[in-house]
Amino acid sequence: MSLNIIVLAKQVPDTRNVGKDAMKEDGTINRAALPAIFNPEDLNALEQALRLKDANPGSTITMLTMGLPRAAEVVREGIFRGADGGIVLTDRVLGGADTLATSYSLAQAVKKFGNYDVVLCGRQAIDGDTAQVGPQIAEKLGIPQVTYAEEIVDLSNGHVTVKRRLENGVETVKAPLPCVITVNGSAPECRPRNAKRVMQYKYAVSTSEKAKLPEEKQALVDKRPGLNIDEWSAAYVEADPAQIGMPGSPTKVKAIENVVFTAKECLTLGNDDAQLESLIKDLIANHTIG
Amino acid sequence: MPNFYNDNKALKLHLQHPLMKKIVSLKERDFADADKYDYAPVDFADAMDNYERVLEIVGDLCANIIADNAEGVDHDGPSLANGRVTYAEGTQRNLDACRKAGLMGMSMPRRFGGLNFPITPYIMAADIVSRADTGFENLWGLQDCAETLYEFGTEDQRERFIPRVCQGETMSMDLTEPDAGSDLQSVMLKATEQPDGTWVLNGVKRFITNGDSDIHLVLARSEDGTKDGRGLSMFIYDKRQGGVNVRRIENKMGIKGSPTCELVYKNAKAELCGSRRLGLIKYVMALMNGARLGIAAQSVGVSELAYREADAYAHDRKQFGKAIVEFPAVREILSNMKAKLDASRCLLYETSRYVDMYKAYEDIARDRSLTPDERKEMKLYNKYADACTPLAKGLSSEYCNQNAYDCIQIHGGSGFMKDYACERIYRDARITSIYEGTTQLQVVAAIRHVMTGTYLELIENYRKEEIAAELRPQKALLEEMTAKYAEAVAKVKEINEPEYTDFMARHLVEMAGDCVMGWLMITDASRSLAAEDADVAAAAAELARSAKVYVNLGMANVARNAAFVAGVAPAELAAYKA
Repeated sequence: MSLNIIVLAKQVPDTRNVGKDAMKEDGTINRAALPAIFNPEDLNALEQALRLKDANPGSTITMLTMGLPRAAEVVREGIFRGADGGIVLTDRVLGGADTLATSYSLAQAVKKFGNYDVVLCGRQAIDGDTAQVGPQIAEKLGIPQVTYAEEIVDLSNGHVTVKRRLENGVETVKAPLPCVITVNGSAPECRPRNAKRVMQYKYAVSTSEKAKLPEEKQALVDKRPGLNIDEWSAAYVEADPAQIGMPGSPTKVKAIENVVFTAKECLTLGNDDAQLESLIKDLIANHTIG
Repeated sequence: MPNFYNDNKALKLHLQHPLMKKIVSLKERDFADADKYDYAPVDFADAMDNYERVLEIVGDLCANIIADNAEGVDHDGPSLANGRVTYAEGTQRNLDACRKAGLMGMSMPRRFGGLNFPITPYIMAADIVSRADTGFENLWGLQDCAETLYEFGTEDQRERFIPRVCQGETMSMDLTEPDAGSDLQSVMLKATEQPDGTWVLNGVKRFITNGDSDIHLVLARSEDGTKDGRGLSMFIYDKRQGGVNVRRIENKMGIKGSPTCELVYKNAKAELCGSRRLGLIKYVMALMNGARLGIAAQSVGVSELAYREADAYAHDRKQFGKAIVEFPAVREILSNMKAKLDASRCLLYETSRYVDMYKAYEDIARDRSLTPDERKEMKLYNKYADACTPLAKGLSSEYCNQNAYDCIQIHGGSGFMKDYACERIYRDARITSIYEGTTQLQVVAAIRHVMTGTYLELIENYRKEEIAAELRPQKALLEEMTAKYAEAVAKVKEINEPEYTDFMARHLVEMAGDCVMGWLMITDASRSLAAEDADVAAAAAELARSAKVYVNLGMANVARNAAFVAGVAPAELAAYKA
C-alpha cells in the first residue's frame, strides 16, 4: 500500500557549539549566533519514514517544519536524503512559541495537509529537550501516539507495530493508523544524501528564497519539477491568533542560569534498609528525586 | 561532523584547475543533457558545484562510516561458504551506504543511470575513499570496469549491464591465472563458442579482486591453438548465469576486507565483449590504464592517511618535556612525507585531467567525426596520459609505502603494536606497488616516454607558466634538475644498447618523476596562491611549502641517479649477473 507520510523536522541551534551570546535578554534562544542544524532525532525519524517508503513503493514523504524562512534548509536536507517534498510553516506571528503553541500550529498544518497515514518526528529537539511537541500534536489531532520508537516492525491492515526503547528494555505496541510516532535517537541513523538528488534538488527553494534568485534561476525552478517548496502562513493553516506565538504560549522564561553542580558534603551509609530508607526520604524531602 | 573532503582543501585546489573548464564542456557536450535530465548541470559553475556537493557526500560517508568500519573490516575479513563470498559486516554497511548515496557508476552517462562525472572528480572520490579504508577502495573502485564495458561493449550490452552497476552491483576483472601474472599473454582460461553464438568458459583464475562480483570482465583464450596475446578475447560473465565458483579466498597481508579469490569456471556461460582477438592487446590495456590510475589514487589516499596519523601522533607524543614534532629529525620525516603526498597528488590530478581530455574526445568521436584540430588535441592528451599514468602509479605507490614506513617510525615502539592504525596502513600500502603492474612494469611503460621525450615536452609546457616569486628559487633548481635528467637520458640514448637502457630505466624514470612532480607543484601552487577562495589560497600556501621540501629531496635524488647513470658503464652490467 502506498502511504502518505509526514515527517516533522526542526531546525535547531547546534547546542554543541554554544557560546556566550546563545541567549537573548528575553530568555529566548539567539538563533542568529548559533549554526543551525537538522535536529538529530528528526533525522532518525526521517530514516524510519524512508524505510516505510522502501517497503511501500509509491508512498510519499512530506517534510513539515516550522521556523524562520531559512528552515527551508531542513526541507532541502530531507529531500536530499529521499523525501518527496516539504512545507515551511513560517510567519512572524508564530515566533516565540512554547511547546503548546508550537504543537497547536503544527497540528493545524497537519490538518490542512489532510489525508495522512503516519506523522513521524524525533523524540525531542536538542534546543529544548522537552519531548512534548510530538505527543501534544497527537492529542490535538485526536489520534494515537507511539513515543520512543526504535523500529517500525510492521505496517499493514491499517495498523502499525512499533518497537519502543524504554529505560529498562523494549516494548512492542500496535496502534491503528493514522498515528504520531516519535523516534528515539537509538533508532538507525539516517541514510546519507543521495548524489543525484542533491544535484537535482539543490535548486529547490521556498517562495521567499525564490524571490531573491536571479531571473534565469527562477525560470529553472519553474521548469524542473519539485523545486518549489511551499511556505504556509498562520492564516493559511487557519490558526487561532490567540493560540499561536507569544500570546499562545503560557511558558515564560524568566531567567537563564548556568548551574554548576558542586559537591559540598560527603555522606557514608551502611547497607541496611533503615539507612537507605532515611536517605530516600531525605532526597524526596529536598526534591532531589520524586 | 568530520568530512574527508572538506578537511582537505588540496582537493578543491586541484578541482579548480583551469583545464577543468574545457573538460567539463567536452564531457557535458555543451550541457546538452540539461533539458533531458533534472539533475544535469546547466553550465560550468553548476557542474563544478555538483562535483563539490557530491564529493562532500563522499567525504561524509568516508569520515563517518567507512573509516569507522576499517579496523573491524581488517579484523573480520570476508568469508567463503559453498563457493560464495560474504563480505565482512562493515564492508556490507559501507557498500550499502555507497549505494544509497548513489556513488556507483559515477562516470557513466546519464542515460544508463550514471552521474556523467569526468574522471577527475571520480578519482578524487577514490582518493578520499582510500584514505578511509584502502581495501574498500578496491571494491568501490571496480566500478570503473564499467568504463571498459561502455567503451567496447555493444549498445545492447551497455543497456543491460551499466544500469546495474549504477544501481550498485559490483564488478571484477578476471585476468590473472596461476601461470599468467605480469605476463598476461599466457592466459589459458578456455572460451568455447557454442552453436548459438554464445560462449562458455572453462578453467581457473587466481588473485581475482572481488572475484564473486555480480558482473565480471574475463580475459580468455578464444582462439584454439594460439599461445600469445592475439588469441585472447574479453568476455562478460554475469553471475546470474552461474557457472563460476570461488574455490578459495586468499589470506593476505593487507587490504583484508577486499576478497581476493581463486575462481573455477565450469561451462560458465559468457558473452563476447568487443571483437575477438583484441581482448588483451586493446581492451585489457585500456582496462589496466584505468585501473592504474585508480591505484595511483588509492596510493595517494594511503599517503594522506599515513601523514595525518603521523602528524597527529607527533603533536601528541611528548618526550624530553616536549612534543616530538619539535625535534628536527621528526620534523624532517613529517615534511618529507607531506612533500611526497602533495607531489603524488599533483601528478595524480594532472594525469586524470589528461585522461579526461582524450576520453571526452574519444566519446564525442562515437557520435560524430572529430575535426582535425580536435583529433590532434585528442592524440596529444592521449600521449600525455600514457606517459603520466605509469609514472603516477609507479611513484605514488612507492611513496605511499615510504610514508607508511615513516608513519610507523614516528610512532616508535607504539607503531609496532597492533594498537595503532599505522600497522594496518603499512600492510595495506604494500600491495599498491605490486598489483595492476609492479613498479618495475610501470618503469617499462614509462621508459618509452623518457626516450621519446614526452616528459621533457611536459616540462616545456610547465616552464611557460607564471611562477610565484617565492617559488622562483625552486624553479631555478628544477631547471638544473631537468638539465641533469636530459643529460642522463642523452647518455643512455647515445650508448643505445637495449639491455643497458632497461638497466638504467628505473633511474631515468625516477629522475623524470622528480622533475615532473617538482614542476607541477610549483605551477599548481603559483596559480592558486592568490585565489579568491580563501581555502584554496591556504592550500596553495601549504603546497608551496611542500614544493620547497620536495625540490630539496628531488635535487638530491636527481644528483644521485645522475651520478649512477654517469658512473656505471655498460661493461659493468656483468657484475649484476650471477
